[in-house]
Amino acid sequence: MERHTPLFARHQALGARMVDFAGFAMPVQYEGIRKEHLAVRQAAGLFDVSHMGEFIVEGRGAKAFLNYVLANDIGRIKPYQAQYSYIPNPEGGVKDDLIVYQFDAQRFMLVVNAANVTKDWDWLTQHIQDFDVHLTDISEDTALLALQGPRAAKVLQPLTPLDLGKIAFYHFAVGDVAGIPNVIVAATGYTGAGGFELYVNASDAERLWDAVMETGEVTPAGLGARELLRLEMGYLLYGNDMDEHTLALEAGLGWVTRFNKDFIGKTALLKAKSEGLKRRLRGMLVEDKGIPRHGYPVVDETGQNIGRVTSGGHSPILQKGIALGYLPSNFSSKRVFVQIRNKFVQVKVVKPPFITPEQASQKTS
Amino acid sequence: MAADPVNIPEDLRYTSEHEWARREGDVVVIGITDYAQKELGDIVYVEVEVVGETVGRGDVLGTIEAVKTVADLYAPLSGEVLEANETLTSEAEKINEDPYGEGWIVKVRPSDWDEWDALLTAEQYRQLIA
Repeated sequence: MERHTPLFARHQALGARMVDFAGFAMPVQYEGIRKEHLAVRQAAGLFDVSHMGEFIVEGRGAKAFLNYVLANDIGRIKPYQAQYSYIPNPEGGVKDDLIVYQFDAQRFMLVVNAANVTKDWDWLTQHIQDFDVHLTDISEDTALLALQGPRAAKVLQPLTPLDLGKIAFYHFAVGDVAGIPNVIVAATGYTGAGGFELYVNASDAERLWDAVMETGEVTPAGLGARELLRLEMGYLLYGNDMDEHTLALEAGLGWVTRFNKDFIGKTALLKAKSEGLKRRLRGMLVEDKGIPRHGYPVVDETGQNIGRVTSGGHSPILQKGIALGYLPSNFSSKRVFVQIRNKFVQVKVVKPPFITPEQASQKTS
Repeated sequence: MAADPVNIPEDLRYTSEHEWARREGDVVVIGITDYAQKELGDIVYVEVEVVGETVGRGDVLGTIEAVKTVADLYAPLSGEVLEANETLTSEAEKINEDPYGEGWIVKVRPSDWDEWDALLTAEQYRQLIA
C-alpha cells in the first residue's frame, strides 16, 4: 500500500503531480521541474522529503557502534555537527549512504534513504549486541522539510529566534521555528544551493510547511527538481550510482572512508585499494545535443562497451546533458560516447560537480 | 492551483499517440497535444531528422526530449516531410507554452488523404484520454 507523508494534503492542494518513490506517494513536480530547479538555484525552494528514515542511536557505546558500522570516523565531528557517511557491507559495497547528526557524545541521529529503512534497521540491530547502545526508529514520527537556496536564511530567519547565520555548513541547531519547539535546523542538503533541512515532529509538519510557504518567497519543489539539482552537484543517488555491488571506493566514497579504525568492510576495502580499483564513477558532459539517461551504454571510439550511465539528465544551468557512470580506471580511449538510442554522442569525462559554487547558489542582492 | 483542464481544439484531428494534425490546404501541420506536453513536462529538445524524406503513417518523425523523459513523435499520416519548426531548435519550451500554435513541430504533404479521415476527431480523442 502506498504511504503518505504528513504533507500529502498540501501537495494535493497545490496540484502536484505525484509519483511512487520508495513506497511513498511523493510530489515529482508542482508547476514544472525547470521553474522549481531555478527557484532553488536563485531564491528558495521547499521540498518535502519526509519519506527519509531517521534512527536515534543513544548510549555510552554510541560512538564505538557508529565507528564499527559506518565508514567515516565519528570522532571527527562534535556536538551539533553533521557528517556524511555510509554503511559498508562486508564486501566493501554500500548498504546505504546517510547523514549522521551528533547531539552529544551519547546521542546521534542517522538519516537514511527511504528505500533502505527496513534493510538498514535489520542490519544495524543485528550488529548492536556488542555495544552499550539503543536504537530507535523515529521515521514515522518525523517529517523533513528541506528549504534550499541562496535566500533560505533570509526567508527562515523571521520565523525563528535561532541565529541562522551562526549555523555553519554541516552544523545544526535545535529551537523554535514558527512557534514549533525543538525543530532541528540543519545546514545540510542535497542541492548545493545552500539552505536548511528542518526535522520536525510529523504532527507539526503542516504548520511548519504553511509558515514557510506563507512568507510568499518560497517555491514548492518536487523530486524532479531535486534529482537535477543533486546531479549537477555530482551527489550520489543510492540504488542508481552505488549499491551493495559497487565498491564504495569505486563510487568515490574514499573521502568518507577512514581506515584509522575498525569497521565492517574495512578488510575488503583495503584489499581493493591495494589491488587498485578496476573502475571509477565519473562525470560525463555532453558537448553537443542529447540527454544521457539511466542505463544508456557508454562506449569507446571502437564501439566497445566500457560502462553505462547510472544517472543522467539535462542540466538547466549548463543547458547540456550530464551523467554519472562507471568507467574503467585505466580506460585509454581519448573519446568516449554515450549511446542515446541509435546515436553515439560524444561526452567529455569530467570530475563532478558539473557546476561551480557560484552557479549552484546564485546570490542576487 | 489545481491542474488546468486539457485543451482539445475542435478543428483538429488526433492520434492515439497524442499527436494533433491541422489541415492547411494540401499540407498538414503536426504537433503534440496539450495532454502530451503536460504529461512530458518541461521539453528541452526536439529533433526531427526526416525533413525532405517520405514517411509512412506511424513512422518516427523525431524525438522529443523532456527533462523527465524522452518520447518519439510519430507520423499521423504518410507523405513528404516539408519542414520542421526552426523556432523549436532554440525554444523547445514553445511546445509547453503553445502546443497548437507556436509549438507546431513538422509540416507534411500527405500522399493519401484517406488517412486523414481515419484520424481521431476531437470528441474521440477526448474520450481516449478521459
